[in-house]
Amino acid sequence: MRNPEREVHYFRIRIAVATAFVLLAFTALIARLAWLQVVKHDAYMAQAELNRIAILPVAPNRGLIKDRNGKIIARNYSAYTLEITPDGLRDHDKTIDELAQVIEVQGRDRRRFKKLLEDSKRFDAIPIRTRLTDEEVARFSAQRYRFPNVELRARLFRDYPLGEIASHMIGYIGRISPNDMERLEKRGDAPAYYGTDHIGKVGIEQSYEKELHGTAGQEQVEITAGGRAVRTLSRNPSLPGNNLILSVDIELQKITEKAFGDRRGALIAIEPKTGDVLAFVAKPTFDPNLFVDGIDPKSWDELNNDPDKPLLNRAVRGTYPIGSTYKPFLALAALETGKRKAETVIQDNGVFVFGNRRFRDSNKVPLGPVDMRRSIVKSSDVYYYMLANDLGVDTIHDFMKPWSFGQITGIDVEGEQTGILPSIAWKDKRLKQKWYPGETISLGVGQGYNAFTLLQLAHATAILANDGVVMRPHLVKAVEDARSGDKRLTVPHESYRIPIKPEHLKLVREAMVEVNISGTGRRAFEGAPYKVGGKTGTAQVISIKQNEKYNENRIDERHRDHSLFIAFAPADDPKIALAVIVENGGFGARAAAPIARMVIDYHLLGKVPTAPAKEGPDEEGPLRSAALRVQALAASAGVAARASP
Amino acid sequence: MNQATAAQRIVRIVRPYVAVFDPALMAIIGSLGVIGLITLYSAGNDYPWRVTDQIRNFGVAFIVLFFAANVRPQWLMRLALPVYIIGVALLVATELNGETVKGATRWLDIKVTRIQPSEIMKLGVPMMLAWYFHKREGALRGLDFLVAAVLLLVPVALILKQPDLGTAVLVLAAGVFVIFFAGLPWKWLAVMLVGGVSLLPVAWTLMHDYQRERVMTLIDPSTDPLGKGFHTIQAMIAIGSGGMFGKGWMQGTQAHLEFIPERTSDFIFAVYSEEFGLVGNIVLVLLFMALVWRSFAIAINAPTLFARLLASAIGLIMFTYAFVNMGMVSGILPVVGVPLPFISYGGTALVTLGMACGFLMAISAHRKLVQS
Repeated sequence: MRNPEREVHYFRIRIAVATAFVLLAFTALIARLAWLQVVKHDAYMAQAELNRIAILPVAPNRGLIKDRNGKIIARNYSAYTLEITPDGLRDHDKTIDELAQVIEVQGRDRRRFKKLLEDSKRFDAIPIRTRLTDEEVARFSAQRYRFPNVELRARLFRDYPLGEIASHMIGYIGRISPNDMERLEKRGDAPAYYGTDHIGKVGIEQSYEKELHGTAGQEQVEITAGGRAVRTLSRNPSLPGNNLILSVDIELQKITEKAFGDRRGALIAIEPKTGDVLAFVAKPTFDPNLFVDGIDPKSWDELNNDPDKPLLNRAVRGTYPIGSTYKPFLALAALETGKRKAETVIQDNGVFVFGNRRFRDSNKVPLGPVDMRRSIVKSSDVYYYMLANDLGVDTIHDFMKPWSFGQITGIDVEGEQTGILPSIAWKDKRLKQKWYPGETISLGVGQGYNAFTLLQLAHATAILANDGVVMRPHLVKAVEDARSGDKRLTVPHESYRIPIKPEHLKLVREAMVEVNISGTGRRAFEGAPYKVGGKTGTAQVISIKQNEKYNENRIDERHRDHSLFIAFAPADDPKIALAVIVENGGFGARAAAPIARMVIDYHLLGKVPTAPAKEGPDEEGPLRSAALRVQALAASAGVAARASP
Repeated sequence: MNQATAAQRIVRIVRPYVAVFDPALMAIIGSLGVIGLITLYSAGNDYPWRVTDQIRNFGVAFIVLFFAANVRPQWLMRLALPVYIIGVALLVATELNGETVKGATRWLDIKVTRIQPSEIMKLGVPMMLAWYFHKREGALRGLDFLVAAVLLLVPVALILKQPDLGTAVLVLAAGVFVIFFAGLPWKWLAVMLVGGVSLLPVAWTLMHDYQRERVMTLIDPSTDPLGKGFHTIQAMIAIGSGGMFGKGWMQGTQAHLEFIPERTSDFIFAVYSEEFGLVGNIVLVLLFMALVWRSFAIAINAPTLFARLLASAIGLIMFTYAFVNMGMVSGILPVVGVPLPFISYGGTALVTLGMACGFLMAISAHRKLVQS
């Protein structure tokens, strides 16, 4: 049966079939490879390049902030952060727990992470720890393989070396929020922010964001499939942000903040000729460094719920009745409008009667005969009740408007409040009510509907000291180009002039100098080796019922009067003009004037105080008019109030 | 003269052992090995020790080849049954007592070392079937093909159960090749092909969702570019971007920037393709064709049915490994774990290949001995 020849023949046929199959299959494979490598080569080449090259943004260096003498107020430094990229797969709490075994992770780090996670888009890297020490960097690096979605990154941080000093003015930067992003996109600035995580949120950091930020650059890098950059192919450097040179003297700022101690209030000092803001104080303050990496909710709640409101920028956002500090301006109004001659003598018998209402003078002893000069020196209320009544609300409004009372001054931080400079039209429009002549009277002593910011008061004082020439107040004196070093002034020209007769100015300013010699400010400026003009003021916080006596000791501390003071010095050629308020500080000469003295002493004489300003004696009793107080409260609360007939 | 005789004596002793080397086969394997090491050097740039490892693997494989080449085919035939029985026993032992890694039970701890019994069956099954057909030579009936099918399907089923689809397919293919060369009637073959194709829809309904997904990804990898299709797409980008002449040795960006997965083992062909282009690919395919051709030539001239069947099956096994691997990397076959013969990094596969080539050489040498 066996036929080897035949079997070998059959086997050869099988081999031939197999060979044909192999040839066919390999030909198909070659065809496939030719399709990929010849026909589709260009498309795959493009994809390989796309794989290979990534364009990474290069964040610019943020500009520095320096004071007028070159001292650094805000700077950058490089440090490592640990960032988690939430990928939806891993449980970040577990990742953080494991991280905590390698490096220290505090409760506030976790809280901040959670908050940032809520605010962020998916796949954003979110910092869990910032500012790692070298040792922590080393320890994490050794354990890195355990944390596939945790990355160590070198980043530039903003640092405010002075901490709480000047924080309301400087503000801070914070992480770019979805709202910020939307705004940037609307302005077309988003490309400049590629690679940037932070943006100015408050203060100068916010208002000069455009100057400080700079423009992002680009880097073409070769990356691995895992996204690791292997080498740089080309680089288009970022443009650094410009530096800011403040008009503020940071030493003066420090001394001023120290002078306040732990009292609440604000002080603004301005160089009258230039509009340079020399000191910009709002107390209490906060540490801006807390905000840079994203503040944790607990610290935020502490700041936000503090009854002293440390986050409130009192200098531009607080509106107050300014009390008697209004009087020099009213005196000018009277002279300029010709409604009252300087020599005209008024009998101040301690009370001004209007209809059946009595407006009392805050001086304990009636001043008797008072002319304009004496009305300022001794701060006669009756004189100004009468004067306001004679001028009328609209005349006062029209005169005060160019002095920026109740107006935006245009200072270079955001959030400035307008306040209220009352007029008949204003009341009709805002309160839909008719103006009652009785309401004009309290305007004369800076009360009633009057509500001004401290900045407005300081600005008006500077205008007074600068012969009516208006310089826009500014915190930043010049912008320094980061590359060329060229400096550009922010306010090179005067805004406008208020036409006032020189003899009128002279009279009012001399009277203000007399205030500090023999008047209400004499204690605070005893022995000053320079001539200084000033005016005290006391502003009411609550209303006292008709016939009830104001008794400071019986009133809650937060309902006590605000203490105000304005000043300029040296009186003949003013180098500094200022306004200061101490909330609930009582009479103007007691709390506010001593602070003003310290500030001027340092600015003119270089005298460095050793302790917060002491409170002076109470010389002028606060206003007592109950009717007045009702209106004062109504004005500050923005509620309609009507004088009782 | 006497001094020379010492050397001559050594030559005389060694010669018969060296004479078994088939020069053509050695040249083909050597070329593939050199290409493999050059490609591995580039692909494993981040793991330089892999090249030295692989050289050591080649050394071990060469020793295995040497010994296999010096075993007479008659002895080989005698080994077939015991190897098969031990192999099946080990597969059963693995099933009962194996180590489970990533959900697959493939390894068996035999105290001395860990082994993968399915690897034994890659050659054990064709040897067994060749032995069976050799025994039935001249008295072959239809029933014998059913017996052969059972002998084949037992280990295949055990390997499938591990599960190890890639190895199961390769073992199944190896057995089918022997059955084919043994003279499976064409009618049966046609019936099997038609039956297989018509069973595809049935198989589809029986498949798990993840298996269906795999099939879909195979047909169109772009449906899942970041997931399952990622490997295939990146490999295709590597091959396509290589173009006609390739990017040059060590210049493959897809390989060096880690876009190619498993780039030293299963996907090394993508690295080779990217750096050496279509021209390099044609050279590689020609080398594998030569390997198949040489195996068939040895088979045709083999003196016994066992030797004929074993050699021809080894030829097709080589083809299958090369084709399945390159087909999978270039995106025309599903991704199964099959290394590229002589190119991919890995010791086990090289040892198996060395043994297969040793068998070929033994068969080739035996023919010469018989003729002389």
